[in-house]
Amino acid sequence: MNVMTQAASTSEAVPLSMRGPAPVQVVVGYGFWLFLLSDIIIFAALFATYAVLSGETNGGPPGAALFDRTHVFFETACLLVSSVTCGFATLAVQRRNMLVAFPWMIATLVLGAAFLCLEQSEFVHMLATGNGPSRSAFLSAFFTLVGAHGLHVTVGLVWLVIMMLQAATLGLRPMVRRRFFCFGLFWHALDIVWIGVFTIVYLGAR
Amino acid sequence: MLGKLTWAAIPFDQPIIMGTVAVIGVVGVAILGLVTVRGWWPYLWREWITSVDHKRIGVMYVLLALVMLVRGFADAIMMRSQLALAAGGAQGYLPPEHYDQIFSAHGTIMIFFVAMPFVIGLMNFVVPLQLGVRDVAFPVLNNVSFWLTAAGVLLINLSLFVGEFARTGWLAYPPLSEITYSPGVGVDYYLWSLQISGLGTLLSGINLTTTILKLRAPGMSYMRMPIFCWTALASNLLIVAAFPVMTATFAMLLLDRYCGFHFFTNDAGGNPMMYINLIWIWGHPEVYILILPAFGVFSEVVATFSGKPLFGYRSMVMATMAICVLSFLVWLHHFFTMGAGADVNAFFGIMTMIIAVPTGVKVFNWLFTLYGGRVQFTVPMHWALGFMVTFVIGGMTGVLMAIPPADFVLHNSLFLIAHFHNTAIGGVLFGAMAGYTYWFPKAFGFKLDERLGKASFWCWFIGFYLAFMPLYALGLMGATRRMQHYPDVHWQPLMLVALSGAVLILFGIGLTVAQLAVSIRTRKHRRDLTGDPWNGRTLEWSTSSPPPAWNFARVPLVRTTDAYWASKQHGYERLAEGPYVPVLVPRSNPTGVFLAFFAVVLGFALIWHIWWMAIAGLVGSLVVCLLHAWRTDTETVVSAEQIAAIPGASAAEESAL
Repeated sequence: MNVMTQAASTSEAVPLSMRGPAPVQVVVGYGFWLFLLSDIIIFAALFATYAVLSGETNGGPPGAALFDRTHVFFETACLLVSSVTCGFATLAVQRRNMLVAFPWMIATLVLGAAFLCLEQSEFVHMLATGNGPSRSAFLSAFFTLVGAHGLHVTVGLVWLVIMMLQAATLGLRPMVRRRFFCFGLFWHALDIVWIGVFTIVYLGAR
Repeated sequence: MLGKLTWAAIPFDQPIIMGTVAVIGVVGVAILGLVTVRGWWPYLWREWITSVDHKRIGVMYVLLALVMLVRGFADAIMMRSQLALAAGGAQGYLPPEHYDQIFSAHGTIMIFFVAMPFVIGLMNFVVPLQLGVRDVAFPVLNNVSFWLTAAGVLLINLSLFVGEFARTGWLAYPPLSEITYSPGVGVDYYLWSLQISGLGTLLSGINLTTTILKLRAPGMSYMRMPIFCWTALASNLLIVAAFPVMTATFAMLLLDRYCGFHFFTNDAGGNPMMYINLIWIWGHPEVYILILPAFGVFSEVVATFSGKPLFGYRSMVMATMAICVLSFLVWLHHFFTMGAGADVNAFFGIMTMIIAVPTGVKVFNWLFTLYGGRVQFTVPMHWALGFMVTFVIGGMTGVLMAIPPADFVLHNSLFLIAHFHNTAIGGVLFGAMAGYTYWFPKAFGFKLDERLGKASFWCWFIGFYLAFMPLYALGLMGATRRMQHYPDVHWQPLMLVALSGAVLILFGIGLTVAQLAVSIRTRKHRRDLTGDPWNGRTLEWSTSSPPPAWNFARVPLVRTTDAYWASKQHGYERLAEGPYVPVLVPRSNPTGVFLAFFAVVLGFALIWHIWWMAIAGLVGSLVVCLLHAWRTDTETVVSAEQIAAIPGASAAEESAL
């Protein structure tokens, strides 16, 4: 790890690009950012598909007749507030304060689960009224786009539980802190995607 | 219990397939038996299968590509011989349903399991060495990527004798690939093997991009990076930006097939043309993902064997990055016949012609590098010169087809087949072979046989022209791609010439295998102890061959482009100062191979609708990930004494003294 000390000891006059290999927490965060970008491109493909197919209702109900905006408002509120609690958890983890971190993690978990429950109730209601994904190309695109986001939230919740177990068993060592930082990035990215879903799918419904 | 899987899935009544399976079985059992009898398993497990060393992983990728090249070529020569026979009323020896599987498998295998692993293998091996660092950013993830690719390979080869492969062409266009028209498991084999290997490719792209942008030797600013690293950067950026689109598109087709969704169906508002747009938004960047690293190889090879710095380094960088961006703006030229209208077609036609400009810049840079140089006609240089001639022809026929009216005539004809083989063989394959012979001595410490290498090159080179120039003519005469027989007997002579070319390429492949075997047997006479057999220019040649697990005894300090060449010009000026220091080296890790095992279980189960097994595969993968997450002993320290004690750890430095 002489490289890192070498890099750290170089004076500020040396340009960033010439200071040698970056420290491990920078590399991990950067790599995870690239992963998130690729994930967002998956959503870009799904959004584009939704845009093309949103009018193809095949004689079935259009979005405006299916969506309940009040319901979606509470969903959105849960997810956005969970981003705030996740931010506080991340700060506590970076300060290695387990006692503060855990309540915020649990709050994030509860809000994320509430979001999922609300989303599921919406899906179940649509399926029960015969408006499942096989009804029309529009509904195929809707369930895939919104469902892909929901799947990400589910994965995020599982990841959060794993992180809580890791923090409890391994302590807040650098490895665990780096992973929690990545989890935070993931969780906030899901918020950004949801804002797109909320705007284009729900507010844009005709 | 076993879903759709029954004994009927194994084609006992097809002698060609069963014969192939028997041969593969015998060879496979022989190899596994040899490994077991000789007791090589512990060594293979420890040093290769679970290795997280980027050099070992790179070598495994290239080996995988070479093996799959034989499989893909077997498909190719079957197609060529079928078409040499099936003229007039004749039907040849391959029935249509088998022929359709062969051309689909040929394209899929050659792109995803030959070209991709070959190029990724070269980047994996070379990039950290050229950057002067100890490994890639995420070594364990690198091993996972490789094994996921291998899992895809295993699945696609399973389709040979359990069930069938897709009959839909290498991109599985709907509506043909929908469940209504392809109810068998062929398309599912296609989709799941590519989803699994595609995930591996994406992770590999993230890994190498992070490596290039965040891990470089001190002093190596962007404009001091070797050109191969620049092309690798462009290629991996494209992987990160394009492969998710492929994943999303295949996921939608899977939902159509498995869950009755209507993305690409003919009914309920689905839109098959949307698939074709989406898949080419991945597919056209994919072309550049493959060719850009090949351009990088040629840049290194031409500069080294001309004994000159590359002409126009900055323009080469600009051209590479321009191609990287432009490659996302040309996808529609694959289907001008969609009927998007004159304006849209004109835009994409012009963009396609514009992309020829930076490519032309590159060709002139290589030519000017040769000009006035002391050119050595080594094997890599043969491939490079063969490329320059061949690729320019392929590029020109590409620009020709970029004209929408011309494309309406040539679309899906053998002219198109000739064009993309002209760039894929003349560009990617020649580049991969150049890189293979150029970096082989770095990987193993001895050179490959020159005579057999040149013989292989000439077989490939002449074989290529014999095989594909007739296809240009046939395409203009009206012959279409994917045809199993044809009525016009006047096409037959040209088909026979094309077959003779394929046979010559077969000799080329045989000579490559012979070259490897002969070189290994006579390796004692081929040893290169300097670490720098070609009088190289970049940092990979400054360490010993093969390099130790930590690559460099001391991390080099870079002051200019072609850092090692500059140090040699100054009388082997030391690239690094100071004493040896301890280094953290990642330990071997079995996560990748276990994850790949469960990925194969999952994929196979999903293909055959064996739901309990799919759940088992999923749970297994999760358990492997969790076990890895709790590992804390992932790295080990190599002491300064050990680094100094390894013979040849600082070969280049010693030769300097």
